[in-house]
Amino acid sequence: MFELSEEGKQFVKKELERYEDRYSAIIPSLYRVQKENGGWVSDECVAYLSQLMDLPEADIYEVFKFYTMFNQKPVGQLHVQVCTNISCSMNGGRELADHICKAYNVKSGEVSSDGKVTVSRVECLGSCDTAPMMQVNDRYLENLTPESALEQLKSLESEL
Amino acid sequence: MITETKLLSEHYDNPEFKGIEGYKKLGGYKVLGDALKMDKQKIIDEVKASGLRGRGGAGFPTGVKWGFLPKNDETRYLLCNADEGEPGTFKDRKMMERAPHQLIEGMIISAFAINSPKSYIYIRGEYDSCIEACEKAIEEAYKAGYLGKNILGSGFDHDMDVYRGAGAYICGEETGMISSLEGKKGQPKLKPPFPAVQGYLGKPTIVNNVETLAAVKYIIRDGADAYRKHGTEKSAGTKLFSVSGNVQDPKTVEVPLGMPLMDLIELCGGLKPGRKLKAVIPGGSSAPVLNVEDCAKAKMDYESLAELGSMLGSGAVIIIDDSNCMVDILATIMHFYHHESCGQCTPCREGTGWLNKIVHSIAKGDGRLQDIDLITKVAEHMMGRTICALSDAAALPATSFVSKFRDEFEFFVREGRSKVKGGLNA
Ligand SMILES: Cc1cc2nc3c(=O)[nH]c(=O)nc-3n(C[C@H](O)[C@H](O)[C@H](O)COP(=O)(O)O)c2cc1C
Ligand code: SF4
Ligand code: FES
Repeated sequence: MFELSEEGKQFVKKELERYEDRYSAIIPSLYRVQKENGGWVSDECVAYLSQLMDLPEADIYEVFKFYTMFNQKPVGQLHVQVCTNISCSMNGGRELADHICKAYNVKSGEVSSDGKVTVSRVECLGSCDTAPMMQVNDRYLENLTPESALEQLKSLESEL
Repeated sequence: MITETKLLSEHYDNPEFKGIEGYKKLGGYKVLGDALKMDKQKIIDEVKASGLRGRGGAGFPTGVKWGFLPKNDETRYLLCNADEGEPGTFKDRKMMERAPHQLIEGMIISAFAINSPKSYIYIRGEYDSCIEACEKAIEEAYKAGYLGKNILGSGFDHDMDVYRGAGAYICGEETGMISSLEGKKGQPKLKPPFPAVQGYLGKPTIVNNVETLAAVKYIIRDGADAYRKHGTEKSAGTKLFSVSGNVQDPKTVEVPLGMPLMDLIELCGGLKPGRKLKAVIPGGSSAPVLNVEDCAKAKMDYESLAELGSMLGSGAVIIIDDSNCMVDILATIMHFYHHESCGQCTPCREGTGWLNKIVHSIAKGDGRLQDIDLITKVAEHMMGRTICALSDAAALPATSFVSKFRDEFEFFVREGRSKVKGGLNA
């Protein structure tokens, strides 16, 4: 059974009081659950949150499903999100995504066999002046070439 | 020489400007002190007189919007729209990363003017650096007495908080943002009622873009007349443009509204050697595309771009040179809108799906000639009949790409490959 850490429970409790309405705590709490559940949110996690927050499961589920930053299935420890929107595509973003997929032998959206990496193509990340770029977990990696991207990924991997 | 006119971005390159000490050293929070001594209505009048128009996309006059708030003592909220999802736009991120206090000062002044006790900065979930910067700056502002109870002895109380989005372009639409902040799916709501009358938790709510709220500080600092000296008669002030694509030096620049587009391109280092300009998307992916003839005439203000059938939008300027295939770019744009449609309205849900499918089939070399007109037809059915403007935002670029670059679409259908060397299938 999934359960948040003591710290996580305290966090949710605080968020429930933080805003004008308790419902506003759902998004921050889902983030917390995702972090403590290895990067994704399972149905079981949603049921757990519903109990913890004393809010209907259906309401939490609806929010969970709507937003793309909540992962509905397991992701690698490094979630590599390559921007393939206009300016990035114009500067090699799609080739960059293909190159990384090939290097890790995964298709877009899949987890590598060692569980370390998921590569996905995403929409504009608001960093078009440094195209092509990608986001790895919370970090933006910018002005990339296929080579520099792999190099930086390797060094992030070694920090895992 | 073409130069920038820096009001909001004056201290962007100074790392000290980010923290409260450095910000204060450079004049920060002085304007707040002055504003708190002003009559609230006088601030609203000054913003009205400045001609400031919303910098988030729609360009609605800010002072007029504030004037829609009911004249009673009902609690009202101020929401700063920092969702910045319009492809090509990155100016708000720069501001939050480099000058968070400037945004906060502008927000407190605005909140005072509309007498709001609480504001939120709704930041897109991916913008970790901005969330961190704004949270830290808010904390500093509380400690220094610029937020909280009885700000600078004025009797005005104001609380501010950050809310993190979770990855949905539609939450940039003001009523979608309100739904999201309320802890629901970020689906837009039918207007009227407008948020100024019935918004967050049913209370009167003003939603303004990051750049709009920061500009308020400079309007109060310099006065409406001085602010109006920048820009044109109808498009007053300076504007932050996010310039990207095929320029040598993609970046955020601040220039007076009305600057010729070609000057803006030059300001960003011009095109790469040996390349020719083909097209420009002047206001984010929702803005109809300009061809070279349009570009030569285009001035970067609300009216001039509207005359050319396009719009200033969020000020995201995407420069496209002759190495690009327009079918390919439209396919990218259509994929985006199809992905981001929230699905509530049939014309939008179905229309974005169809457009995506048709344009992609052309881009795969499987298109038929009648598909080109079908794009325009589908787009027509998506306009003006939905809850929010996303449907139009998808339809407009589709129509404009086809009408301005029809030859490229026809070539692709006939030959099964791009007209552009190095393009798709070519
Ligand atoms: C689909 C859609 C997405 C939008 N995204 C944003 C956005 O990311 N940021 C923003 O400031 N405004 C966005 N807007 C405009 C907002 O609805 C609203 O007009 C704006 O935040 C008002 O602030 P302003 O008057 O200061 O521009 C969007 C509108 C639509 C229809
Ligand atoms: S127009 Fe599209 S995005 Fe807007 S509310 Fe309707 S379905 Fe949702
Ligand atoms: S297009 Fe890639 S960050 Fe904007």
